[in-house]
Amino acid sequence: MFLCFMFMSKKVKMGVKAENGTLTKIVPPLEQQLSEEIDLKVKKYLRGEGANLEILQDKKLKGQLSVREELYGRSAKQAAKTEKWLMPSEGGYLEAEGIEKTWRIRQEDIAREVDISSSRNQFDITLPNLGPYTMDFTSSGRYMTFGGKKGHLAIVDMKNMNLVKEFQVRETVRDVVFLHNELFFAAAQKKYPYIYNRDGTELHCLKEHGAVSRLQFLKNHFLLASLNKSGQLHYQDVTMGEMVGNYKTGVGRTDVMKVNPFNGVVALGHSGGTVSMWKPTSSAPLLKILCHRGPVSALAFHPNGHLMATAGKEKKIKLWDLRKLDSELQNLPGHANTLDFSQKGLLARGTGSSVQVLGDFSGAQNYSRYMNHSMVKGYQIGKVLFRPYEDVLAIGHSMGWSSILIPGSGEPNFDSWVANPFETSKQRSEKEVRSLLDKLPPETIMLDPTKIGTLRPAKKKEKPTKQEREDEMEAAIESAKDMDFKRKTKGRNKPSKKVKKRQELVAKAKRPFLGQNTKEEELLARKKQKTSEEVELPVSLQRFAKKKAAT
Amino acid sequence: MKVKVISRSTDEFTRERSQDLQRVFRNFDPSIRTQEKATEYVRALNAAKLEKIFARPFIGAMDGHIDAVSCMAKNPNHLKGIFSGSMDGDIRLWDIATRRTVCKFPGHQGAVKGLAASTDGRILVSCGTDSIVRLWNVPSSSTMESNDSSEKSVQPLEEYVWKNAFWAVDHQWDGDRFATAGAGVQIWNHNKSAPEKTFEWGTDTVISVRFNPGEPNILATTASDRSIVLYDLRMSSEITKLIMRTRNNSIAWNPMEPINFTAANEDCNCYSYDARKLNEAKCVHKDHVSAVMDIDYSPTGREFVTGSYDRTVRIFPYNGGHSREIYHTKRMQRVFCVKFSCDATYVISGSDDTNLRLWKAKASEQLGVLLPREQKRHDYNEAVKNRYKHLPEVKRIVRHRHLPKPIFKAAALRRTMIEAERRKEERRKVHSAPGSITTKPLRKRRIIKVEE
Repeated sequence: MFLCFMFMSKKVKMGVKAENGTLTKIVPPLEQQLSEEIDLKVKKYLRGEGANLEILQDKKLKGQLSVREELYGRSAKQAAKTEKWLMPSEGGYLEAEGIEKTWRIRQEDIAREVDISSSRNQFDITLPNLGPYTMDFTSSGRYMTFGGKKGHLAIVDMKNMNLVKEFQVRETVRDVVFLHNELFFAAAQKKYPYIYNRDGTELHCLKEHGAVSRLQFLKNHFLLASLNKSGQLHYQDVTMGEMVGNYKTGVGRTDVMKVNPFNGVVALGHSGGTVSMWKPTSSAPLLKILCHRGPVSALAFHPNGHLMATAGKEKKIKLWDLRKLDSELQNLPGHANTLDFSQKGLLARGTGSSVQVLGDFSGAQNYSRYMNHSMVKGYQIGKVLFRPYEDVLAIGHSMGWSSILIPGSGEPNFDSWVANPFETSKQRSEKEVRSLLDKLPPETIMLDPTKIGTLRPAKKKEKPTKQEREDEMEAAIESAKDMDFKRKTKGRNKPSKKVKKRQELVAKAKRPFLGQNTKEEELLARKKQKTSEEVELPVSLQRFAKKKAAT
Repeated sequence: MKVKVISRSTDEFTRERSQDLQRVFRNFDPSIRTQEKATEYVRALNAAKLEKIFARPFIGAMDGHIDAVSCMAKNPNHLKGIFSGSMDGDIRLWDIATRRTVCKFPGHQGAVKGLAASTDGRILVSCGTDSIVRLWNVPSSSTMESNDSSEKSVQPLEEYVWKNAFWAVDHQWDGDRFATAGAGVQIWNHNKSAPEKTFEWGTDTVISVRFNPGEPNILATTASDRSIVLYDLRMSSEITKLIMRTRNNSIAWNPMEPINFTAANEDCNCYSYDARKLNEAKCVHKDHVSAVMDIDYSPTGREFVTGSYDRTVRIFPYNGGHSREIYHTKRMQRVFCVKFSCDATYVISGSDDTNLRLWKAKASEQLGVLLPREQKRHDYNEAVKNRYKHLPEVKRIVRHRHLPKPIFKAAALRRTMIEAERRKEERRKVHSAPGSITTKPLRKRRIIKVEE
């Protein structure tokens, strides 16, 4: 608020000066900086480049589209300007001073500096009997469900640290996942996955899925995706119960599975070092990438959907740009049993009993270490998970679960209509109805979801013109002429032989071009012949022409 | 070390008292809403489906006449009132809101063929096959409001007898002249018992007449010799005559672009012309499968309604070749007259089955006062539908109209016939000397000649 006031007063002063005519053209650095900041924000709201209208022939369409583009630009600017009032909270940060390094700062140091309510988010829950633990958050980060390997299931309200429900299923639990809100969650148990409600009542036993090792929920599509022990991928619609897809991956069993939140594509990491991506409407994977030399041990997606992190057993962590997959962006040394990206793009990796958080501070997708945290020796970390809309990282390990503070990891401003941590039960039920109305069909899962409603560009094979072809041929001949020969033994290096060889080379260089030429010319000649024959006949008699030729 | 973490106090983000509104926070960042386009597409699809579900255009029938309704007239000064005349000489004033007859105007022997109200809404002019023009005093709007169910009847103000039967009448905009059509065109004054002027161009009967809404001294008529004639009263002369291949049953000027008019033709089409350039139609509106009987423009000038002998009412955009909407019911017979209401929200049709029918101009529009939130939701739905209207699924749902079987079959037959004609023409062209046969565009094909 204070900043805003300062900005206003500066503006007023500027206006006065401009009136006096002393300072008319020079833009003060503060204003320039502000306009640059707004430009950056506008870019975010523009959602990519506008269409290129220059190539359009249709003037009417061009006019309509340019009006539309202008409107988009204006609304993006408006959104950027109102951000200041709509989004009051600022994100967290951790800055080192002097010779300090951010990765040497321990949790105890942070706890001393932050307010009491935040320091309550640092804790260890020791549950030595039923571990190792895995967990999942609702999309608002308010509720957490956790499951112990030996059958311990619970839901916790993370805001006021309330245990909502806790129960024992007395069989192996491999994974837990929340469905669209905190009322329902699914647990992958010994033989089948089950769906429970918040009170711990078993609602469904999903026998078709089999013994599932990993579960994921696609909340835009209301699909529960599971990967069972025989490497079979199931997609089940949780609203109607319909089995949407059932595909054999055929690459063996794995327990590395993540959904790309940007497009709903499910990625699996395999023991052969490949990562495959799946959609529920095709039995073959969309993509297969060979990421590692050893088995893939963990996988995570950046929330913007373009960045993927994979970890291999050969002690490599790789970052990939999903729009340009020919090589990895970055190759970091190190083990990871589990990886997770936060909303603001921090990457957490867990190995053994230590957690490392990497951050991208250069802005060029170059990750470097940001924070470290070590658990008690001997703890085995099974899962790390950032809590949405909070600067908190939850760690599930063999002796229970812990929560640590990672400043700057969460999105500071939530949207009440998307995910509201302070949701009332009425708001929750209204949101459920709304999200059911907007439920996406499984066909909308594709690698580039912005393609919906666009046109496929017309395929046009551009043939080189005759001139271009000739130039190319000439260049090839020149290069053949200039080529140096290896010096050979005496007698084999005669000038006549050299000339002959050079001629051969030139002929060889010419050959592909000549062949092309003749083919085309032949075609042209044939066409010409045809047309000259046909021209003689009137149009109405043309259909009899062929018959005559045959007889 | 400088450190800050997100910390939210519950008081700041929730309401204080239970009577308060819930606090709402917005973050329009695209990255927290994944798959925006897919969601919008699903919403567009749902909006299209909802539009179909709520498309209930028929509001009610106005029953009372004992013969076919032959003509109607709007009261320009009173939104709720509409006059209708029937084949047995009965004229009625209806209250659209309650769908009751407010009063009757008895007197005509034989069919009432034309009705028109003056711009101030005080005088009603009627004429019919009994060769008499009658002027009536329209009861004041307060009597329309009165809630007694008894139907009043009104005595005519004036009765002017003429030599021949009348086919149509129209009142000048903001003046006291009116024109009747019959054996010729007569221009009358409220106060004179004989016409001021008469026009005759050709010998055939004039069947409809309409004054220009922009220039009150220009009128257009259509006659059974297949002609459209434009007259100018200032010079008391005819301007142009356009002869088409089939006759035009009715004509309507576009109130927002008064140089343009649209004629309802016997050949199932409507033709929009620019009055200054009659050698080519601006647009041909195709879709009806039988003769178009009447046409009326919406006061917005963006669309018009037509009634046809094929028992349907259609709404066309003023510049579109095909109809936006088709209305039909099982009980509605040949439609003889249609009118757009003065607020562009309703359409009224009068048909052979003695009823007037009231329709919504937008089939799925929600009637009544809308809350701002409802209005916003409707606007949003309209916008997403418009954005994804080219996608096949949305397009299919938005375009689909259920047609009665006879009309569906007739339309298919018409398509076949037109296609066959086109093919024949093409073949004829191929088998003749090049350049000896030229195809005219449909906009010119039905025009025979233009006379000055």
